[in-house]
Amino acid sequence: MTTNATPTQAAPVRRRGIEAARARQAIWLLLPTLIAIAVVAGYPLYRTFFFSLYEANLTTPGERTFLGLGNFWFTTEEGVPLGFLQDPKWWTAVKNTLLFTVVSVFLETVFGMIIALVVNSAFKGRAFLRTAMLVPWAIPTVVSAQMWAYMYNDSFGLVGRGILGGQALLADVDSAIWAMIAVDVWKTTSFMALLILAGLQSLPSDMYEAADMDGASKWTQFWRMTLPLLRPALLVALVFRSLDALRVFDIMYVMLGANTASSTSMTGYARQALIDNSLLGLGSAVAVAIFLIIMVIVVIYVTAFRVKFD
Amino acid sequence: MNLQKTNPALYYTQRVLFYLLVIVITVYLLFPFLWAVLTSFRRAGDLFLPPLQFITAPTTLSNYTQVFANANFQRGLLFSVIVAVVSVLISLLLGSFAAYALGRFKFRGKSMILYIILAVSVFPQIAVLGGLFTLVQATNLFNNPISLIFSYLIFTIPFTVWVLTSFVRDIPGELEEAALVDGASPLQTLFQVLFPVMMPALVTTGLLAFINAWNEYLFALTFTSSNRTVPVVIANYSGASQFDQPWGPIMAASIVVTVPLIILVLVFQRNIVSGLTAGAVKG
Repeated sequence: MTTNATPTQAAPVRRRGIEAARARQAIWLLLPTLIAIAVVAGYPLYRTFFFSLYEANLTTPGERTFLGLGNFWFTTEEGVPLGFLQDPKWWTAVKNTLLFTVVSVFLETVFGMIIALVVNSAFKGRAFLRTAMLVPWAIPTVVSAQMWAYMYNDSFGLVGRGILGGQALLADVDSAIWAMIAVDVWKTTSFMALLILAGLQSLPSDMYEAADMDGASKWTQFWRMTLPLLRPALLVALVFRSLDALRVFDIMYVMLGANTASSTSMTGYARQALIDNSLLGLGSAVAVAIFLIIMVIVVIYVTAFRVKFD
Repeated sequence: MNLQKTNPALYYTQRVLFYLLVIVITVYLLFPFLWAVLTSFRRAGDLFLPPLQFITAPTTLSNYTQVFANANFQRGLLFSVIVAVVSVLISLLLGSFAAYALGRFKFRGKSMILYIILAVSVFPQIAVLGGLFTLVQATNLFNNPISLIFSYLIFTIPFTVWVLTSFVRDIPGELEEAALVDGASPLQTLFQVLFPVMMPALVTTGLLAFINAWNEYLFALTFTSSNRTVPVVIANYSGASQFDQPWGPIMAASIVVTVPLIILVLVFQRNIVSGLTAGAVKG
């Protein structure tokens, strides 16, 4: 930082002194936060990695036996597969989580774009729609899960009884996952729309005036100008939504129950192993796998978009 | 532009289609919530009615009186308020220290710290669930709201640091330099010079963190047994028998928990949008 040429002796020394003092002060200001993060995230994460290598019970974590990677992949002498990577249910959960993530994030982006474009144009009632957009986002996830469980109910619900004529949509994993996607799309499309709208409003309006003068159609303007300029904002929103969708838990656990949720979401599978079945070692191994999947995606994202901090 | 004059038919078709789209979007966004509101005012026996008769069925407040008389729900509200408020206050305090250092100071390892904080804010809660659970047990904090207050810091702190740092960067440097020249310590500068300027940012960040803490489910479900927060109470709300789903009271409880949030969000609309975009887009 202070590599530039030094015309006099005294000034840079003094500045270096101030900078050193500032750096020390910065450490003190950051220390409480760093300690808090270490206690609530760092140490528990270390424990999760630690227990993933052991066979251990949640109620008596002290009595454990070292397994190495046995929680991930382990076959007994009788040929019984015990590692979670050998459990078809885990792979069902992975498949369903990926399906959920890809479809819901795709739909949220498309619907979010449509809503943002509508709200960005001038019409009567625009302020109202802008406000209405915030409502699904403000509703707690558990509440929206219950609202939709009621809507899907086969003897009371508008969707379950009315549209589907009494089919129990949530009873079967294959149809339940689509029901979950519909709930997530309803709940978070408006969040996507908000982020896209913020991006739209930062686009220069004189550019569109020039395009209008040149006779470019709205359609051409959207594909040639809006979309390319919106790309950075759109990509960031997309990645944040995907990470959220990959760790989905609440809606599935509340609407489907612990057991079905464990074959529709990776987090549900991990929680069932860890808490309901008290398998601290196995559950930790699953948690480690989820952690690694998400971190790999984050690293790809950070390098692909060249995120920089100062 | 002059479509209205050159081709009025096309112009009006476009307008009609556009407003149709607006109506479809509005109904899509609001209908499920409005239906839940309506259900919360209907008697249990009327839930079977076909939609039109359901809408016109007599209104009752009995679901609400039942919910408010429910001891679990009362305790849930109390615990939710305590847990969310305390964890947000702690993270605002710590977060503003950190944001001041990260937004205003130059030092080695700064981007490393920002990376760590970003990593914590994206990492899945399930990755710490087991570790935290054994910690909660070892410290005898199971079923104690303190365990939730501390575990919620895992998402409230990174969020507040992240958003506040981007706000601190936007504060003009002259303010702080003037204080430094007068010999103020960093803490004095922070509390007496920057805090007043940061007030709107603190309110926005605090509100968003509060919403997250208020909605949290996984930790609340796992670290408590009887001292539940409201989301867990609502998810577990059961009727007299095992097979009876009391939809009326569940919807009433849901509305009670949601309406304050919606009011807060509507009142602080503009701040919320700027806070969300600062937190999510300035990656």
